[in-house]
Amino acid sequence: MGYSLDFGWLAGAVGAIARGAATTVLLIAVTTLAGTFLSILGAAGKRNGPKTLRLAIAAYVEVMRNTPFLVQLFFIFFGLPSLGIRLDPILAAMLAMTLNMAAYTIEIVGAGLDAVPRGQTEAALALGLRPRQVFIKIVLPQALKVIYPALTSQIVIMMLESAVVSQIAVRELTYEADMLQARTFRAFETYFVVTMVYLVLSMGLRRLLVGSGRRVLGAGVS
Amino acid sequence: MIEFTFWDIVRNLLLAARWTVLLSLAAFVGGALVGLVVLFFRIAKNKWSKRVASGYIALFQGTPLLMQLFMMFFGLPMLGLRIEPWTAAVLGLTFFASAYLAEIWRSGVDALPRGQWDAGASLGLHYLQELRLIILPQAFAITRAPTVGFLVQLIKSTALTSIIGFEELVRTSNAINNATFEPFKVYGLVALIFFVMCFPLTQYARRLERAAAR
Repeated sequence: MGYSLDFGWLAGAVGAIARGAATTVLLIAVTTLAGTFLSILGAAGKRNGPKTLRLAIAAYVEVMRNTPFLVQLFFIFFGLPSLGIRLDPILAAMLAMTLNMAAYTIEIVGAGLDAVPRGQTEAALALGLRPRQVFIKIVLPQALKVIYPALTSQIVIMMLESAVVSQIAVRELTYEADMLQARTFRAFETYFVVTMVYLVLSMGLRRLLVGSGRRVLGAGVS
Repeated sequence: MIEFTFWDIVRNLLLAARWTVLLSLAAFVGGALVGLVVLFFRIAKNKWSKRVASGYIALFQGTPLLMQLFMMFFGLPMLGLRIEPWTAAVLGLTFFASAYLAEIWRSGVDALPRGQWDAGASLGLHYLQELRLIILPQAFAITRAPTVGFLVQLIKSTALTSIIGFEELVRTSNAINNATFEPFKVYGLVALIFFVMCFPLTQYARRLERAAAR
């Protein structure tokens, strides 16, 4: 018996797919901003903080990098309520994504900070800037420029990994796909279409990041 | 109702972890074999062969692994194959791994100086001999650190197969959690088991990286 593909359901599903995609975009936008901010703090703390802070950050990075994102998500969504911290699915997803991404980007930002020559800091201090000004105005922009390509890749990877948050009922793209296939009984076609939407999203996101990076940072990204 | 002691939970999780290990190994071996084929197409001189391989890699690196697993799980039965979660999991992770491994090794091949090819040719080796005897051994050697790093990523990725119903560590932990209502303990233990599997490999990859940088 042959199987014939049927995409007739698609006309009625465009709205749901678009809503799901919008939520996915929202998730990755929040994660990018919060994760980058957190990793700048983390990388700075890992270099200049007191010893206990440095050890804590290193331990955090190792734990997050050596355990699956899905388990981190379940731990936050199902585990934290037993400590009295109850989160909405979407907040839990944003928190898990941010914490996961930060573990990777702390290393990336740190490598960028190390790549800025010491002379830059010394020159700025000699000009009378305060240490905080030196970090924010001199060192950080140069570091971000160096690491921008790596940061871009990490953001795209995180966007793809966000498919998993459908498992705690966040109504993003994969969740909508699950709902659609349950209604239409066209599982393969549904996941095929949604996979293509993800492909377009990841290519678009990469292009957007590369383009805006070139404009804002003057980063030489291919 | 069945009572679970702490040791019951640990024992069940460790028994389930066997499947995580087995799946990781199967996917890594399968991914290496398919990845070699993709690499072969990717570094060939033919323009179309290159394009097809690049497209394959871009497709798997540009879509979520979860979607790839769903496509396997729901797509293969349409071809008349009876498919179980284990088969879908192994095949899905194999293709996923093949794309990443091919790309990692391709970077190794590209990093070799042109003279290596020329030297091989001047010794009278034909293309396949050059690859087998000169190019690939060196390409594998210089990409050992990212290859081990990818193995860690692959082990973590096996967690996703719980969603298509494969009984590995995470799926078992969901079942235990539903019976014990102790998510903090259960998922904490699962994270610990994954950490014990991945951390030594991460450290090994880091050592290789440092040795290569010297």
